[in-house]
Amino acid sequence: MTRKGRRLVLIGSAVGLLGLAAGLMMFAFRDNIVFFYGPTELAQKQPGPGARLRIGGLIKEGSVKKLSNQRIDFIVTDNKSDVAVTYVGQVPDLFREGQGVVAEGTLVSAGEFRADTVLAKHDEKYMPREVADALKKEGMWNEGAAAPAAAERGANDR
Amino acid sequence: MIVETGHYALVLALALALVQSSLPLWGALRGDAPLMAIAPPTAVMQFLMIALSFGALTYAHVVSDFSVANVVENSHSLKPMIYKISGVWGNHEGSMLLWVLILGLFGALVALFSRGMPDDLRAAVLAAQAWMGSAFILFILLTSNPFARVFPAPIEGNDLNPILQDPGLAIHPPMLYIGYVGFSIVFSFAAGALVIGRVDAAWARWARPWTLLAWTFLTLGIAMGSYWAYYTLGWGGFWFWDPVENASLMPWLAGTALLHSIVVMEKRDALKIWTIFLAILAFSLSLLGTFLVRSGVLTSVHAFASDPRRGVFILAILVFFIGGALGLFAWRSSALKPGGLFAPISREGALVANNLLLTTACATVFVGTLYPLALEALTGEKISVGAPFFNVTFGPIVAPVFLLMPIGQMLAWKRGDLVGALQRLVFAGVLALVVALVFAAWRGEPVVSIVGTGAATWLIVGSFVEIAGRVRGRGAPLGTAFARAIGLPRSAWGAAFAHAGLGVTLLGLAATGWGVEKITTLKAGDSVDLGPYQVVVRALETRPGENFKASVAPSAILSGGVEVARIEPSRRYYPSREMTTTEAGIATLGLGQVYVSLSGENDDGSVDARMYWKPLVSLIWLGALIMGLGGALSLSDRRMRIGVAKRARAKAPSAMQAAE
Repeated sequence: MTRKGRRLVLIGSAVGLLGLAAGLMMFAFRDNIVFFYGPTELAQKQPGPGARLRIGGLIKEGSVKKLSNQRIDFIVTDNKSDVAVTYVGQVPDLFREGQGVVAEGTLVSAGEFRADTVLAKHDEKYMPREVADALKKEGMWNEGAAAPAAAERGANDR
Repeated sequence: MIVETGHYALVLALALALVQSSLPLWGALRGDAPLMAIAPPTAVMQFLMIALSFGALTYAHVVSDFSVANVVENSHSLKPMIYKISGVWGNHEGSMLLWVLILGLFGALVALFSRGMPDDLRAAVLAAQAWMGSAFILFILLTSNPFARVFPAPIEGNDLNPILQDPGLAIHPPMLYIGYVGFSIVFSFAAGALVIGRVDAAWARWARPWTLLAWTFLTLGIAMGSYWAYYTLGWGGFWFWDPVENASLMPWLAGTALLHSIVVMEKRDALKIWTIFLAILAFSLSLLGTFLVRSGVLTSVHAFASDPRRGVFILAILVFFIGGALGLFAWRSSALKPGGLFAPISREGALVANNLLLTTACATVFVGTLYPLALEALTGEKISVGAPFFNVTFGPIVAPVFLLMPIGQMLAWKRGDLVGALQRLVFAGVLALVVALVFAAWRGEPVVSIVGTGAATWLIVGSFVEIAGRVRGRGAPLGTAFARAIGLPRSAWGAAFAHAGLGVTLLGLAATGWGVEKITTLKAGDSVDLGPYQVVVRALETRPGENFKASVAPSAILSGGVEVARIEPSRRYYPSREMTTTEAGIATLGLGQVYVSLSGENDDGSVDARMYWKPLVSLIWLGALIMGLGGALSLSDRRMRIGVAKRARAKAPSAMQAAE
């Protein structure tokens, strides 16, 4: 084979492989990505039942009900709209009323969500960024007031 | 005073880095020997100054000097000593200081251990390294000063995030950084070679040991990070396709590709442009990782603080170095002469296939990691891309790598014999099939796991077929075979072990499909069946710790009524941060593990627990250790030793012939 022929083989296989990768990615993006909504956004966008979503907000005070068989019901709120969430399984260490939470699962009907994964924060200092943004969008959160632990401590130190 | 000395030493290091980045480069371009000779001593001094600075910060943490802001925010007088030390890099400022420490370390190592290297190349490489050193030291001094004082000094510190108070964290970041930042020196080699316009097989021989060193540490660092996540996060998972993990996986994939293409460049003087490009790419991806992790673009346990100024600064560094290197590459690479010819079916051809697959796999990780960020920036839509995406894209692209690895090892340079290679691999293929069938009969579904065990066997056995052929030849007696095995170059053994290590990891991954998971509520005296074992909870109790309070569920693991292990899963409450962490109880039984983690406590005194039996799971990390061992073996090969490369070159072909 000539040098040119060999180069063609090489370039051909590289392009073929990249094409395959691009195809796989398009396919995966169609089926495997999950959109994130805050409760108000969810009410506005009204995705159909069965849609796989992530929702995030604050866990409404007084809404957490521990039922039998590890089932936990709670309400995710941005203080404007609420979503009722049901979840079977264990909640993370920092799952508490009034705290930020992100739940991934499927929408059963408008305003009712069945979660299969519940994520809370790694650390008391941080609000999940999506949650902070969603709350900010609804004007229910401002940087200074809602990160008091970190901000105040920082201020006193200096 | 010591703290101020540390700060001052860092300023001095910056001054030295600036000298090192300019004068030797000028000397290299002008052929001025005295100017070039400035590089090695300044590189060593620069490293010592950064080390002094790092030592000063460590001292402040060790003695709990609460007049230093960094110590106040991340330490506590009651914290155990090991975490006072690891707390130095358990925060943004300290981890950046560790970053420049390693940047300086690699500069100093090149200065000290490459005496036989051409002066102009060494000067240019050290100058390039110092450009990066200058940029990052400037970043620390301007935006993230770890030595800032607090007045008045508080009596007590805020403590380190408890999730970071773990022995794994004491070792994992330095390991990962040596790997991550280690690619900086390879990047500098590429930039230096482009600047002085000499890119040849000799360059590959100089750059290869450093690539191997960085790759070895990155492999071990990623494995340790994965194990840390596995046992501290309490979810039983070891890889989450989290952007932070992807940020370390991308340089690893590019670095692995580089490790293979640089061999082709050294042995056959081919793939020069591509190798230089990969050298730039590997460290560019490390820089990108630093940007993603440190700028607060992503929210994670690694994003210590999000200060927009820092993000912009790192972005500027990123754009400058990646853009600069690629510009230099575009400008100079056209001058490179094409090297040795090879047929598509040959060792080179196989290594090219390896490179294509690895870089494409890297591209899928890149897209999956950055697409959500780009989409959010452009449209405001928030999406998350998780394991399902990567299973569909990354999986099919990496699968052929497993299939091709043993075949590639069997092919000769220039022109290979595919049929011959396959014939010699029949044994490995048959064994793989047998193992897969045994697992299918014994454990059954899922199919992916069965195929995985077959592929893993193929890899492990196939990796050693080439060596076995060289050693036994056509039935050499055992004594001769043993002598030959000892006499083989260590790099041959290194490659075999590294490849087999990947097979071992794959076996561990495949076996996850046969795991057992139970989510239940436990009371004292409860017994739970978990795969082949029973877990019996002896008691539920509360115990005090050094700086926390723990609720513990001491349990026994029984096999057929006989106790085989004891575990103490617990939840720790850290009052200083009002935070709870989960300490999983893990018992390694054979190669599998019983994993129990507690989550909430209930009002009736019972606890919720997540319980797993994970067969063969320890192989995942054991495989990575074997890969690291392979890297170390290769590195110890005398041909890799810097300075003896020229003499060893004459010997290389004889070793190669045996493989054909």
